[in-house]
Amino acid sequence: MSRVLVIAEFGASLDATAKCVRCASSLPGATIDVVVFGSGIAAVAAAAARLAGVTRVLACDSEANRNALAAVLAPQVARLAAGYTHVFAPSTTFGKDLLPRVAALIDAPMLSDIMAVESATRFRRPIYAGNAILTVEVEGSPQVLGTVRIASFDAVAQDGAASVESIAPDAPSITHTRFAGIAASGGDRPDLQAARRVVSGGRALGSADKFGLIYELADTLGAAVGASRAAVDAGYAPNDLQVGQTGKIIAPELYIAVGISGAIQHMTGIKDARTIVAINKDADAPIFEAADYGLVADLFEVLPQLTAAIKSRAG
Amino acid sequence: MKRIFVGIKRVVDYNIRIRVKPDNTGVITDGVKQSINPFDEIALEEALRLKEKGLADEVVVASIGPAEVQNQLRTALAMGADRALLVEATGIEPLDAARILLKLVEREQPLLVLLGKQAIDDDNNQTGQMLAGLWDRPQATFASKVEINGSTARVTREVDAGLETLEVDLPAVITTDLRLNEPRFVKLPDIIKAKKKPLETLTPAALGITPRSRVKAVHFAPPALRQKGIVVKDVNELVSQLAAKGLI
Repeated sequence: MSRVLVIAEFGASLDATAKCVRCASSLPGATIDVVVFGSGIAAVAAAAARLAGVTRVLACDSEANRNALAAVLAPQVARLAAGYTHVFAPSTTFGKDLLPRVAALIDAPMLSDIMAVESATRFRRPIYAGNAILTVEVEGSPQVLGTVRIASFDAVAQDGAASVESIAPDAPSITHTRFAGIAASGGDRPDLQAARRVVSGGRALGSADKFGLIYELADTLGAAVGASRAAVDAGYAPNDLQVGQTGKIIAPELYIAVGISGAIQHMTGIKDARTIVAINKDADAPIFEAADYGLVADLFEVLPQLTAAIKSRAG
Repeated sequence: MKRIFVGIKRVVDYNIRIRVKPDNTGVITDGVKQSINPFDEIALEEALRLKEKGLADEVVVASIGPAEVQNQLRTALAMGADRALLVEATGIEPLDAARILLKLVEREQPLLVLLGKQAIDDDNNQTGQMLAGLWDRPQATFASKVEINGSTARVTREVDAGLETLEVDLPAVITTDLRLNEPRFVKLPDIIKAKKKPLETLTPAALGITPRSRVKAVHFAPPALRQKGIVVKDVNELVSQLAAKGLI
């Protein structure tokens, strides 16, 4: 029997959490609780209670938890972890920041980026940027901590009815780490990691100005915008749009790569996309090796055509 | 003495495309070029820049690994680190690496610890956070900007939602992301000079740490390959294909 504590992704979106719960559900005989941290989180806790397969939602609502500070949250998770066989968190920057600190506090082994569950103690995870898949067996520990690679799991349904309990774990008040602000990006467009469709541009766009063509197609499709590392390094797109090994790893239903050659580091980030479309004028670009649909063409010619064609279908 | 402590790991060079051994017991590392983990190199570069700005007096670089790690430590000394510590051990799990680093940190009493956010071999992204937790000090992970102001640091972090800024009391652990800086190239005279810089070798036992093996690697496999798709002749064909699959 597995007793699993899932740490909900910080903030309003439960998409990553729903995928994490799916991973937890694949443990043998799993009973799943979800803990939600934050300040003023009644609505998120209620939404978490609807995630299928969840038994209890623990709402840790406090002013101290207003921001996602690992130093503040880790002692609370460490308190809550007693009695659970597994503590999972999504492999987002939030989960990656927090869970190792928890592991240190409770002296438990931790696995990063779980992509498959083979048993209560055996898991698969990518190493070398996904160029090898490692199967690991945890031995000699009653507890396993793990971040869950959200691109590897589908979200659970939202037809559950878990109970919600307010809790306040006894943990020290931390003042050595202070939140000083966040510069969010993206605006009204869908979040890159949660989006069903993503349009990405590469260095071939040539300028930040011309990168606007990517936004036009993305907005027509209701898609999120991504960029290759080369495009980010050239200053055409902000860093948080970067898709790849050193950026975001995504798994949309439709991925359209425009003017992206397909360096290994980029391909690592899109391996799990259901359908990949590549538009590039170089017929030998490696991206075509992985693309479901390839169009060898000048992007400046075909991108406006594609945007217009999709618009006319929608219209 | 204001000291910055930097941890580095020796990994397969990032330009090498690794291959899984045919018997699935590991990846091929024999005869493969090994280098300082790129994120750790960025951590070292940041430490050197802070020292050059007069914000630190000494940069100490440490590594855990086999005796060959001396090569990477010498490179770090050639980049500008003042002295090096090597804890000779292999097969160390992240939490044990953090326990070993804590012992070194307690000995060195640094103002700041800088580590790469993750090693590009096992991609764990754990050690810095674990060290901060064991040390009971602040952590600022995935840093893209670091400013030291007396007894605090202001760190910009690359998080999923954008750029977050934290203020932390020192000492603290900062882990570095890719865009923090571009590491310098090593010059030949510095390589020669680095041979004379101190490099101390230790063992986990000498530090009072008994490494554990709680996460056993049982099987290595290459990733599943994607099937190559079709080439369409124009936008119209692309649109009708995508429409037929219900994707647009």
